[in-house]
Amino acid sequence: MSDLVNVTMTVNGTEVSHSIAPRITLADFLRQTLELTGTHTGCEMGVCGACLVILDGRVVHSCLTFAVQASGAAIETVEGLSDRAVIADIQEAFHQRNALQCGFCTPGMLMTAHALLSQSGVPSREDIRDALSGNYCRCTGYEAIVDAIEKVARDRYAGANASAPEEVGA
Amino acid sequence: MKARAFNYVKASTVVEALKAFEDAQDDASYIAGGQSLVPTLALRLQAPQLLIDIAHIPVLRGVDLQGDWLRIGALTRHHEVLTDPLIRQHAPLYSEAAPHVAHPAIRNKGTLGGSISHADPASEFPAMTLALGAELEIASRDGVRRVPADDFFLDLFQTAIEPGELLVAIHVPVVRPGHRWAFHELARRRGDFALVGCGILAEFVDDVVKQVRIAFFSVGSTPLRARQAEEALIGKKLDQAVIAAAQAVVGDDLDPPEDEHTPPAMKRHLARVLLGRLLGEIARQGA
Repeated sequence: MSDLVNVTMTVNGTEVSHSIAPRITLADFLRQTLELTGTHTGCEMGVCGACLVILDGRVVHSCLTFAVQASGAAIETVEGLSDRAVIADIQEAFHQRNALQCGFCTPGMLMTAHALLSQSGVPSREDIRDALSGNYCRCTGYEAIVDAIEKVARDRYAGANASAPEEVGA
Repeated sequence: MKARAFNYVKASTVVEALKAFEDAQDDASYIAGGQSLVPTLALRLQAPQLLIDIAHIPVLRGVDLQGDWLRIGALTRHHEVLTDPLIRQHAPLYSEAAPHVAHPAIRNKGTLGGSISHADPASEFPAMTLALGAELEIASRDGVRRVPADDFFLDLFQTAIEPGELLVAIHVPVVRPGHRWAFHELARRRGDFALVGCGILAEFVDDVVKQVRIAFFSVGSTPLRARQAEEALIGKKLDQAVIAAAQAVVGDDLDPPEDEHTPPAMKRHLARVLLGRLLGEIARQGA
């Protein structure tokens, strides 16, 4: 047995406070204590990428973090991103392009896509594949996922530049 | 896939961390990024009574130029290694290796000190520590000592860090004019552990190799220096014949374990190919 530890963190903008065993991973804390089951647990050893969450602005594996380590941190899960509608275009593109079948890996894919597309510029397909190297999908063969992310990247870039006047003759 | 129960304490100083370890009678582990430790706990390869969180100790952070040495705090995360301008300028082999270390999400949390003290023989950073000729600053209850990289990696996952001791910082002799370097690895997929990887740091005077450190990973129970290949280069200009001579002996420098998928003969072959490419690249840097 171990001593319980009080943890307080902000999850999707709401402060939560619980007394938990140190062995509880952040993934299990989110899923079982907070009932935020959008974060999936696949391999539970940092390989499959289904459990990715944003911790203090950076995407990390919630299965490789104990909840006690995240005390004081700001966490955002796929529910948070979805509710804020910041990934609505990525979700739509995944839907349109059939970039999921069983959907188990999708929360992690969305996290990685969100992190990649938050950087400036349009990533190449190579960049997208590189970013996805830590996300396993056992259904799609990845091609549709890369397509969907590439489409959002191009659409966002076109949208950002649509308001800027084009150079004459460009 | 769940860790056994353990107690948890967050240390705010190195002394506090060392004392907590001693009080737990060595049945403890330090945790920083946890990217190697947590899987071993989940798989129950180890099950300490106490985890001591060192991730909030200020002195373990930061990258500073101190004369001819670059001090890199042990808590420096992989993504910081990738982008830090001081590391890029003064310890470039770490920067070049960083994109190949695991995947982006792992790099957001994993630490340089954690990777080096874990000493996975297939990891990039321990081998680059060897190639750069770094020194490791280790704290114990008796004080602080510095261990050269050549004396640090002892065996599979075994380093000069004694139980309870803590890696505080990595000190790298800065690269100077006349230095050339190259890094490459062969892996099945980006982010996977390499089949074979290598980093080289060479010092040239008038196009002649004065000193060279060749460090391989994934070819033995520790990162390994290819001493015979280095010998074949010292005092020579890097032409095709000299590169071929180094390639001819490099197989004897390595000690790959038996492996169904990548048998020792295959690893030695890949190491020869890799060494040829890297030395060719270094030769072209002088052109």
